[in-house]
Amino acid sequence: MNRADTRRLGEPASLWRMRVVPVASVMLASALPLMLPMVASSPVLPPLGLLFFLCWQLLRIEMWPVWIGLPLGLWDDLFSGAPIGSAIALWTFASIAIQYFAQRIYWRGFFHDWAIAALLVAAIQSFAALIAHPDAHMGKVLGLVAPQIIVSALLVPLFMRLTGLFDNFRLKRR
Amino acid sequence: MVRPAARRPGQSRKAQTSLFVAYVIAVTGAVAGLLLAILSVADPVGFAALRVASHEVTAPVARGTRSVIGSISGIDDWVSAYVGAGSQNRRLRKELAETRRQLVATSALQEENRQLKVLLKLQDNDKAAVANGYLLTSTSTSSKRIALLSIGRNVGVASGQPVRGADGLIGRVLSSGPSVSQVLLLTDIDNIVPIRRARDGLPALANGRGNGDLDIRTLNIANNPFKPGDILVTSGTGGLYPPNIPVAIVVRRTPDGALARPLADPAQVDAVSVLRAYTPDNIEAQAVPAPLPAPAPQP
Repeated sequence: MNRADTRRLGEPASLWRMRVVPVASVMLASALPLMLPMVASSPVLPPLGLLFFLCWQLLRIEMWPVWIGLPLGLWDDLFSGAPIGSAIALWTFASIAIQYFAQRIYWRGFFHDWAIAALLVAAIQSFAALIAHPDAHMGKVLGLVAPQIIVSALLVPLFMRLTGLFDNFRLKRR
Repeated sequence: MVRPAARRPGQSRKAQTSLFVAYVIAVTGAVAGLLLAILSVADPVGFAALRVASHEVTAPVARGTRSVIGSISGIDDWVSAYVGAGSQNRRLRKELAETRRQLVATSALQEENRQLKVLLKLQDNDKAAVANGYLLTSTSTSSKRIALLSIGRNVGVASGQPVRGADGLIGRVLSSGPSVSQVLLLTDIDNIVPIRRARDGLPALANGRGNGDLDIRTLNIANNPFKPGDILVTSGTGGLYPPNIPVAIVVRRTPDGALARPLADPAQVDAVSVLRAYTPDNIEAQAVPAPLPAPAPQP
């Protein structure tokens, strides 16, 4: 008798893993830029944590309560350098917006998801930059984050696939 | 993807209430977050402790990746250095010969300067650094340009102290933790440095653009005196930055001043030194000569 194989038929995936994987992926992605040995002179990296956050919600809208942006946003604020509180507010508004879009659009396709994610990334990054620099010239601040927004919008499908991979791992039966 | 079931989760009163409560929490929290953000823009130091604590957590990882990979940020320069090696070599040799000639002339001037200073009994203004460290990493996803410095309060780094590399000014310490500190880079939009032109002392202000360049604005708006190639150094006005630290070189003129590039690229520098803040007590402490030893009693 094979003692290692204790799987039972129809056994659900580990509850612990189902809860932890999405949160951990967002938190790790938020903290990752500060672990790389790179000193950037402009916002060069896409907001990794935000992209995972949006993709998880587009993929599994019922997985998180709508206030999940409060703790995850605070965590991102600690590492992104933006004033603490800006991601708390903007990520939560993004959650509410995704809930709204999910109700409005009967069948969301791939391009719907892409458009929603790109729109929210653009709005969040622009507002975050405007909050961080209230005295600076508005056009200059928006011009600063524009390249990052374009790159992020193009990277959304990649992050969707990555989120899908994580989701498969999350729901895998052991 | 099909839209989730109706917004009302069935007839269960409990489920309806919990959904409603989730929305109340979300909206209240988001508004509170917005207020918090406005507060922390107004008072960035107040919330620094939270951020420092989180950076203390990631700093060991950053140290590790740095020692393993080295600094990957200069990789584009390596590639272009290989491509342009031949012509660069010729140009550098020519420059070296020219620089040697200038060096001889300068050393003579230096000696003369030293003798004149001795005559004037001027103390050589000793700007001993508080400590030396290196830049570990920086924020790269937001519009703020904050770098992480590998030393903190353990060696006396405190907020407000200027940071410079070998080539010029890097920025100033925003907040310091037990073993790492945060440096607001020169190129951040909120970092304003009082400068003057090295050639003739024309005062101006350098303001970061957030993308690696600096906006230079002169204090008198009547004319635009800048020319490409002008070297700008700190003026020491307003305290904080000691005078005569190289800051930037003018690249081109703009309608309201000039566009300049910092002389020290934070992505390229290896070691940086943290200087004493240029405040009145520090200046006096440096200017006063060491007390003379008491004369030995005559026998």
